Amino acid sequence: MSRIVDAVNAPFAPVRAYFRKHRSFGIFVGVVLLSVALPLLTRVPPFDGIQSTNAWVNAFTTAAIYAMLAMGLNVVIGFAGLLDLGYAAFFALGGYTYALAASPFSGIHLPFWPMLLAGGIVGAIFGVLLGAPTLRLRGDYLAIVTLGFGEIVPITLMNADKFTDGVNGIGGIDKPNIPGILQFTLINPWPMYGLVVVLFTLIMIMIYRLEDSRLGRTWDAIREDELAAESSGVNTVIAKLQAFAVGASIAGIVGVVNAAKITIVTPDQFRFAVSISALAAVVLGGMGNTIGVATGAFIIYLFQSILLKQLNTLVENFNIPILNQIDFLEFQYVLYGIVLVLMMLKRPQGIFPARRRMREFAPLKIGKGGLK
Amino acid sequence: MLRARGVTRKFGGLVAVNNVDFEIPRGSISAIIGPNGAGKTTFFNVIAGIYAPTEGTIELDGKPLISPPTGAGREPILLVLPTIPFIGLAIYFLMAVGGDTGLVEGVASVAVALLGFVGALLLNIIRPAWYNRLIKRIGVTRPARPNDMVVAGLARTFQNIRLYKSLTTLENILVGMHVHLHGSLLGALFKTRLVREEEAAAEQRARELLAFVDLAGMENELAANLPYGKQRLLEIARAIASRPKLLLLDEPAAGMNPKETEEMTALIRRIRDELGITVLLIEHDMRVVMGISDYITVLDHGEKIAEGLPKAIRTNPKVIEAYLGRGAAAGH
Amino acid sequence: MATANATSSSAGRLLGSLRLPIGIVAFLGISLTVLGIDQFVNALTLGAIYALVALGYTMVYGIIELINFAHGDVFMVGSFVAMFISSSLLGNEGAITNVPLLAGSVLVLFALTIGVMAIVGALIERLAYRPLRRAPRLAPLITAIGVSFILQNVIQFFFGPTIVTVPQLVPIEWSIQVSGARVPLLNLFVIAASVALMFALQLFISRTRTGRAMRTTSMDRDASSLMGVDINRTIMITFLIGSGLAGAAGVVHGLYYGNTSFNLGFQSGLKAFTAAVLGGIGNTAGAALGGFLIAFIEVGASAFGYGRWGGAVVFSLLVIFLVFRPTGLLGSHSGDRA
Repeated sequence: MSRIVDAVNAPFAPVRAYFRKHRSFGIFVGVVLLSVALPLLTRVPPFDGIQSTNAWVNAFTTAAIYAMLAMGLNVVIGFAGLLDLGYAAFFALGGYTYALAASPFSGIHLPFWPMLLAGGIVGAIFGVLLGAPTLRLRGDYLAIVTLGFGEIVPITLMNADKFTDGVNGIGGIDKPNIPGILQFTLINPWPMYGLVVVLFTLIMIMIYRLEDSRLGRTWDAIREDELAAESSGVNTVIAKLQAFAVGASIAGIVGVVNAAKITIVTPDQFRFAVSISALAAVVLGGMGNTIGVATGAFIIYLFQSILLKQLNTLVENFNIPILNQIDFLEFQYVLYGIVLVLMMLKRPQGIFPARRRMREFAPLKIGKGGLK
Repeated sequence: MLRARGVTRKFGGLVAVNNVDFEIPRGSISAIIGPNGAGKTTFFNVIAGIYAPTEGTIELDGKPLISPPTGAGREPILLVLPTIPFIGLAIYFLMAVGGDTGLVEGVASVAVALLGFVGALLLNIIRPAWYNRLIKRIGVTRPARPNDMVVAGLARTFQNIRLYKSLTTLENILVGMHVHLHGSLLGALFKTRLVREEEAAAEQRARELLAFVDLAGMENELAANLPYGKQRLLEIARAIASRPKLLLLDEPAAGMNPKETEEMTALIRRIRDELGITVLLIEHDMRVVMGISDYITVLDHGEKIAEGLPKAIRTNPKVIEAYLGRGAAAGH
Repeated sequence: MATANATSSSAGRLLGSLRLPIGIVAFLGISLTVLGIDQFVNALTLGAIYALVALGYTMVYGIIELINFAHGDVFMVGSFVAMFISSSLLGNEGAITNVPLLAGSVLVLFALTIGVMAIVGALIERLAYRPLRRAPRLAPLITAIGVSFILQNVIQFFFGPTIVTVPQLVPIEWSIQVSGARVPLLNLFVIAASVALMFALQLFISRTRTGRAMRTTSMDRDASSLMGVDINRTIMITFLIGSGLAGAAGVVHGLYYGNTSFNLGFQSGLKAFTAAVLGGIGNTAGAALGGFLIAFIEVGASAFGYGRWGGAVVFSLLVIFLVFRPTGLLGSHSGDRA
């Protein structure tokens, strides 16, 4: 059997070797192919019966946004080993930054493209601010503190009425615009889809580069054995802050895009559930594996938005008595919780374990908890 | 090269190291020995920056390296002091605006004061070098951390081997080279020529180091998969990757069979002879100690009870008594 | 996980050991004057509830060094179970004025809810935490979050996202007069019930064999097992008790506030955890102290018009304590696993 597999794979070997050397190009090609293939796929039954191609493209865009969040969180949790439970806060800050810069509420209308960068910078600053107090804390305490910050930010956004219009949020946010060439509208999902695809590619390339860099190795060392890392000369404070900064700036950038896409930001969009959904994607996909968590995010999002919706329609059509009353869409949050628990119990390294992480979770019997 | 004066380390009521004076000549291989619980590893850890000395100082090449942290009670001042100018700014702002203080002005001044406080907090957490120099002026010094020691030219291995298990051999060494690599975050993101060249050179040097400790060919093995003896070699390679002046080895021959011990001894000699690194080791295996050391210091119950050339130590009655008890000293 | 020990011997230390009681009395006196009797009693009542929940956090952390994220939600589920029992089984819609009937119903309510939640808590431990006891620390933490999330959303699924009313069996009009102010008997009942439970817990921990096993296991698990302590059973009992107390807190919450909601656990859970940290994680007396302290701070903030920021204030306290004084006010009592 394996000989057949080898035979089939053989002609692809040089291709794979090529892309391993030119990885960024490989990512670019892969994403482009996928981003063309997916919409084409939706023209084919049974997918074309579920919703229109436009609706599908919109769903893919949202899924990609979610995947980028997962990749950013993966840098913090998967690379540096810092359990950040308040990741949604940075997502919120990015969104509100853009909202305050480009909406009728604030009165100013800065252009979208530089605001992308601004979102990243705001994210990085807050990443450092909110990460700093956690630096000398142990894993559990670090998690709780980040969780608290994740709560404080939406609460503050809700209470600071004068600046953020409280519960109502800020609406009517400007859409991006390439004057003369491309108009982003609420009806046509394709420009936003293209934007998100480009951003996704760039972010993925950047993250892979980081992983292989000196900083990536430093994060691995800190995650494995912080004391040994310090004894190797690593300044763990700076390295951890860099992890927070990178993760948060990605969330900030994605926050800007998201705000532009749905043209409204409310504190309610950035609840704890959002942080948990990102965590679920990371845990499901494979902590430390960039492609893995992006895939995990896609799986979760498409499952919850398409499959659960279909379950609703199915149940309606067949008029099943008790199940009829249930709105399966509300089930999605329970889904996150179940993913977290099941994965940790059965396959903590995720569906696609990161090459480097396989050892960490595999020997659970003689694990670090026992020997340390 | 390294001089410890009156180093004492207490843990609450327990005195682990008591007033130890100690000197390592440059270019030597020195050893610290003593029965279990003598305080050898604690003393080691003080030199390595893991514990701060309760009393005493340590100098490297004549320059002060480690001293007890001072000004412990003044920490709150460190938080308040930098905040004061911001509070002053806020007050000035409020006064300048005069009676017209609306909500925005009020919030702005509070925000400014808060910013000062947060900035102070960050400074205290990150502790950049210039900040440490600044606070030294008001009598606050911070304990040195292990990574400062590496920058100063020290490197160490651990008694129970602390390798990065899920990294490859090569990657372990690359981490060891951390302080000599200067690729920045942005450089990594954009794969600048500086970073690419530096990484290539680093990888080349890492391979050379692996060859030096006789691990050539195992570059891509996961550290966890190496047999015990080779793991020890790898840890040493990782330590010398940071180009230290002084290498601290914590029981390098522990758990090794005679052949491996011989190879380890030869390696230590080569490190001193070929790389010019001064070596200090803790060891229980007397053959290693006697065979390789130029100079031996003996600790017992946290105090130095003897020091000198191996021949003298071997016959020193106090040393024998410490290891074997009073009867044995009398018998021999 | 142990009782707070007062240092003794010399006269100087005697004065030092009085520092805490004096501090407490002073604090109570000041708050009484500042808040007035009404709010003072409110704070005590809220504190009692927080203390009950904080005890569960602190006991579990003391024994297995895990922040049981799901604990706050056990409290929340407890309140829903109590609601279900009083409205469906006891068939009650409101207050009971017949004293024996009231006493009986309340007793049944407590017994059933505590029993159910104790079992739920032990089940969670058995299914979700025990398999991961030797895993790297991240794993049970993430599992706990997952369990918490499941509990919250299952309840939300069945009972909706809005506030749900709970029959208040104890009539709120019954009260006594204390120097001009009206103190509802309900408050006194809540405080008394909680204090009684905490007292019982303290007796259990300090006097019984199991209690001793709990204390030693939290200090050194391996040594305890070598001494013949059944670790699995001890940990399970810890969860039973902690979750039972949370269930009791749930009953009390429903009786007092007359309502509950699916996210009660999340909000109050974080505050109760803060209370546990404030008092010293692993330290049961500390958890009780912390609970009351947090309640007073919250009520105080409300009294001065900063009610909306109450949560942020409490959380900031958490961060400050974790960074500057992680052992809490009374000192922490948990094994040190690096």
